[in-house]
Amino acid sequence: MTQLPITQPLPEQYSDGTDEFAARSQNVSRPDFAAIAEWVKPGAKVLDLGCGDGSLLCFLRDARNVHGYGVEIDDLNVLACFSNGVNVIQSDLESGLQSFESGSFDYVVLSQTLQAVKHTEGIIKEMLRVSKEGIVSFPNFGYWKNRLQVMAGHMPVSETLPYQWFDTPNIHNCTLGDFEEFCRQHGARILERRVMNGGRLVTLLPNLLGMLAFYRFEQQK
Amino acid sequence: MQDTNSLGIVTPQTAYFDTPLHLKSGAILENYQLVYETYGELNAAKSNAVLVCHALSGNHHLAGVYEDNPKSVGWWNNMIGAGKSIDTEKFFVIGVNNLGGCHGSTGPASINAKTGKCYGADFPVVTVEDWVQAQVRLADYLGIDQFAAVAGGSLGGMQALQWTLDFPQRVRHALVIAAAAKLTAQNIAFNDVARQAIITDPDFYGGDYYSHGAVPRRGLRLARMLGHITYLSDDSMAAKFGRELRNGVLAFGYDVEFEIESYLRYQGDKFADQFDANTYLLMTKALDYFDPAYEHNNDLSAAFRAAKANFLVVSFTTDWRFSPERSRAIVRALLDNELNVSYAEITSSHGHDSFLMEDRHYHKLIRAYMDNIAR
Repeated sequence: MTQLPITQPLPEQYSDGTDEFAARSQNVSRPDFAAIAEWVKPGAKVLDLGCGDGSLLCFLRDARNVHGYGVEIDDLNVLACFSNGVNVIQSDLESGLQSFESGSFDYVVLSQTLQAVKHTEGIIKEMLRVSKEGIVSFPNFGYWKNRLQVMAGHMPVSETLPYQWFDTPNIHNCTLGDFEEFCRQHGARILERRVMNGGRLVTLLPNLLGMLAFYRFEQQK
Repeated sequence: MQDTNSLGIVTPQTAYFDTPLHLKSGAILENYQLVYETYGELNAAKSNAVLVCHALSGNHHLAGVYEDNPKSVGWWNNMIGAGKSIDTEKFFVIGVNNLGGCHGSTGPASINAKTGKCYGADFPVVTVEDWVQAQVRLADYLGIDQFAAVAGGSLGGMQALQWTLDFPQRVRHALVIAAAAKLTAQNIAFNDVARQAIITDPDFYGGDYYSHGAVPRRGLRLARMLGHITYLSDDSMAAKFGRELRNGVLAFGYDVEFEIESYLRYQGDKFADQFDANTYLLMTKALDYFDPAYEHNNDLSAAFRAAKANFLVVSFTTDWRFSPERSRAIVRALLDNELNVSYAEITSSHGHDSFLMEDRHYHKLIRAYMDNIAR
């Protein structure tokens, strides 16, 4: 597996309460990056939506020599991207990707952010517009530990869904089945799927045993 | 963060140029001088030079103070210095007064060698492109083939953009702060009101007020008052002045009553005492004329095809004179050309003037960007 590049330490946190990092810069790990990198052709042009501190782009730059840009709204994450030397465009991806020309990227990545966006349909549509292929990863709500907790009468709290119901940024959780149905309805053709459980590939009963789901898709022709 | 003066006493220098400069207007400046300041040391490879371009009322004095005047702190002293965001321990920083200026470089108040008198109204109209041509000659004079960065805010940011178009091999990074790729009609309108205030002042004498021993103070003062309003935000003026009255009661007259009137008049007076009206006219014209997309069928992306630099584009949320949307248009054109670009939109209440203000996040961003250049 490719070595995770050494990124600059995160900037000191601001004391005025503006120091909330996006969820993903905390819980994205090396196997997730590697899974995405395997799908990305060397030298490709990549857009990372909700890029956090830019670590995925650093990883793809070092592992696949990509020409990458990130989109990020949070001030401290933007600063971290500057420190990590990755291109970042500060903007709210919920309001669309107007800065980006149609078909101008090889891949647009939405890594562990899908479940936290408001305008899911709009964002998938924009991904398909600006890029040849889309790559998304998200925590599988259908994972058996989540199901058990719901059965026991509680909202699930797990490694990939580490929040309590009242403080979670994850407002659009879904299962593998849900996402695949969504793609069918929204003109996205799934090219490849990979389901992981803490760095291990899951092939048996993925919607039950998989913690994290990765999809590569394109516009239905 | 306390803004300390880490550079101490600084001294301006002068470079003389005898090769005629062909201006965009068709006019020719046969010879001229540029006043500049430098901070830090140029390294042996001459690879650490940073050119900082000034805005409308700025000049070459970026940081430090002059020996004879402890109040003469440079206009970007909070940004430039030893250990600051643009770190003079790492970079050789250059500030230059542009042609047409009134702080030592050849301008309307300079003596025209042909006539032995002040240029006055005869000083040619200069553009951003002309300034960049002159700055290139200063770079040659200083032995700098390529700048690590060219940086500027507002009109200074326009010069940084122009550098990347006219001399793509000579600039590695462009820092384009609170700028625009062209002015809007509203912006040109503000500039014209300012110009009209100056030109219609009876002491203007068609621009030749020097030989009449006059100064169009009233016009320049009004121009500055108007400009100053547009550089602030409604919110910051409300927060700073509100409807506060100078003497606590209404006077039912036309003297200063509200604090904001007092502030603006003071700013206008101060400016009129130290700035040249002809220079103000020239600077606003340079702003109005800047439009690199014009020669490319108004396609900004086409204009940037020549560029090779890496870009940092920064805007401020309350800047309505050079709004974030203007910066985003620049970013789009850079993205269309697959250039390296980062864009930060900084939350600030200070309007256009934010680029001059001390702001922790803004200064950290510039530092992080510059540290990567130095690495």
